[in-house]
Formats: sequence, C-alpha cells, structure tokens
Amino acid sequence: MSEILDVVIVGSGPAGYTAAIYAARAELAPVLYEGSVTAGGALMNTTEVENFPGFPDGVMGPDLMDSLRKQCERFGTKIFTDDIVAMDLSGEIKVLTDGSGNTLKSKSVILATGSAYKEIGLANEKRLSGRGVSWCATCDGFFFREKVIAVVGGGDSAMEEATFLTRFASKVYVIHRRDSLRASKIMIERAMSNPKIEFIWNTEVIDVLGADKVSGLKLRNLLTSEESERDFDALFVAIGHLPRSELLIGQIDLDGEGYVKVDGSSTRTNQKGVFACGDLVDHTYRQAITAAGSGCQAALDAERFLAGH
Amino acid sequence: MSAAQPVTAATFDEVVLKSSIPVLVDFWAEWCGPCRAVGPILDQISEEYAGKIKVVKLNTDEESAIAIKYGIVSIPTLNIYVNGEVVKTVVGAKPKPALLKELAAFI
Repeated sequence: MSEILDVVIVGSGPAGYTAAIYAARAELAPVLYEGSVTAGGALMNTTEVENFPGFPDGVMGPDLMDSLRKQCERFGTKIFTDDIVAMDLSGEIKVLTDGSGNTLKSKSVILATGSAYKEIGLANEKRLSGRGVSWCATCDGFFFREKVIAVVGGGDSAMEEATFLTRFASKVYVIHRRDSLRASKIMIERAMSNPKIEFIWNTEVIDVLGADKVSGLKLRNLLTSEESERDFDALFVAIGHLPRSELLIGQIDLDGEGYVKVDGSSTRTNQKGVFACGDLVDHTYRQAITAAGSGCQAALDAERFLAGH
Repeated sequence: MSAAQPVTAATFDEVVLKSSIPVLVDFWAEWCGPCRAVGPILDQISEEYAGKIKVVKLNTDEESAIAIKYGIVSIPTLNIYVNGEVVKTVVGAKPKPALLKELAAFI
C-alpha cells in the first residue's frame, strides 16, 4: 500500500470498534486490524454481558462484538482479520507491518490492543496449559464434566468463571489469597449461594501437579505458612490481566506494569499522532463500556489532530 | 483437495492413522470462538501445503469419543499424526506465521 492513510486502528473489542465508528463517521476512512485469532477481544470469551448499558435483558459477548463490528463497517471502516506485527511510530508518518507482510503508512494510529490473561507464573502452570490449566471457562469448561475444578482469583472474572464452571463441574473451589473478594456484590452473592462453589481463603497456589495433565495443586496457607497438596482435575486462572504493549516498548511511554501512559484524560500518548484506549491504558475500570467510551475519545482526539495538520 | 475436510470416528482410521503423509487434526467445536477464528487459517494451510500435510477437522461435540481418547481438554487443540501416532500437539489458536513455525518440521 503506497497511499498514506489518515488513521489505522490496531486492535478491536469495544475500544477499537467504537474508535472505528467515530473515525469512519468523521470520514477518515479508518483501517482496522482486528487480530487474526483475537478479533473481538476479551468479550469473545464471555457468555452473557449484563452490565453493558442499552441491553435490559443482557447480551452475549460475541453478539455484542458482532454488532459493533457491523456498525463500524456500515460507516466504511476497512477491517483486516490480521495482526499488526511491527510498528514504527516515531516519524510523522507511522509505518506498520501486518502478519501477511504488508506495510501500511498512516498519519495517525489508534492503539486498542487490550490485555492478556495474567499467569500465576509457575513453570508447571505453563507446561500444563491446555492440559488442565486454562484461563477461559467458556472455552474449556465443557471438558470437565463432573470433575473437581479449582479457580484462582478474587475479582469479577473469578466469580464469573467459577459460576459458569458449575454448569459442568461436580465441585468448584475458589482459591483466593485474602479472606475477602474484590468482586462486585452481585457476583459474590451468586457465587456464595451456589451449592457447588466452595471457598478456600488466605491461600495461594504454589505448584501445579500432574505428569501430562493436571492432577492436583500444591497450596500454601498465607496465615499459617502451612503447605498442602490437594487433588483437582483442572485449574482455571482468573487473577487479572496485563496490557498487550509488547510492540510499543521503547517508542511509547508505558508505566511500570506496561500500561500505555496518556496525557491527562485524553488518549494522547507521548508520540504525536498516536492515541491509546481501552484495557491497554486502563488499570482501574476495565469495563466494556469504559473501553468503548475511550475508543470514542481516541477517534475524536485523532480527528482533531488530523484537522490541525 | 482444498480446505480442511471433516473427519469422523468412522473415517479416522483411514484418513488419519493410515495416512502416508503427516496429518494435522483440528479438534474444534461450533461454540468455540478461537476455533472458528483459526479455521480459515487452517483451510489456507491445507491448500498451500497440499501433498505435504493433510489438514482435517474433528468436531468434539459430535465425535466426543475420539476427543476423549486423545485426552483433549481444551480447544482448539491441533494434533499432528505421523504413522498413526501423535508426534506434536499445539494448544490454542495461533496466528498463521506462528502455526507455520510449529509445523515447520512437517511441511
């Protein structure tokens, strides 16, 4: 592609697709790279989304993403189901390379690459990934019918995963390192009143046991320092997310945890013409609706930037 | 000889285990987003490397006995069979360049 685009949006999800809707309506002819296997972002791995405003009966995550995608296409967004694998954001014209080897040039870039699941960080967790260790209940819960499953985490994701898994499991144990959960009250209530869910408090997982599939976990009680081993058929890790900012290291200012730094309440990064939104930036709220809101802001910031040049 | 063809319990022996060339079996299901995402990529690989590797799809909902036999507990899982044995397993949806790297020894 030798033409210079006005804006390229890297990433999809509520942030990326909303940025595209606004950019397309501003007649910037946006090009959006939604990801070859990650298109739609985190909500593709959830079932019902009950808290996105405008859906009194809830909406399925993938359906919501499909609607947003159609909406941005309606106004003329060009979507590629591919990845951006390299970016040079330093010059006035940004240069990006996609997974098929194509080069793109653009006056502005909106970064919306979201986040990835946090791992506990154990060697055996990695080794047994896909063999009993999972980060996605809707993806893998199906294979653990009548099994005993452990879920690690204390937030909404952990409560959602645990509750979802009770559709299949005979028993779900939520292992949390404190004695109180940070999840929303309604999610806590649902989990606590579910007869298949039991809580193991003040405990951390220090190893995953099993030769070629998960057979159990080694646990440590954080109050007594006592270690124990317990049988489990699966471990679902729901301890949070890390921003997908690997490609930005060295060119875009990131904070200590890898989140992109933006100027005040805008979406402007340290590089002129580069804007960031969604879970790539947000430590604090990380909701679909806040991501969508920031995607809109990024498109408006990009539009103003382009108008001034 | 084009996109990845479906394989069932009835055809598994003939198509996969008795194949003279390596076979990639894609264990997938309709409700699995990442499975649907990686499907078109596998179709491309099936076409581009026809004759070198055979790519087939096994629906784990419909053919659960085979999925259980091969210990599938996460999808998508890609098993590579050479002379009837699983010689490599790739778990999770990966972009095309990464998949080609995993299959390098077989293509």
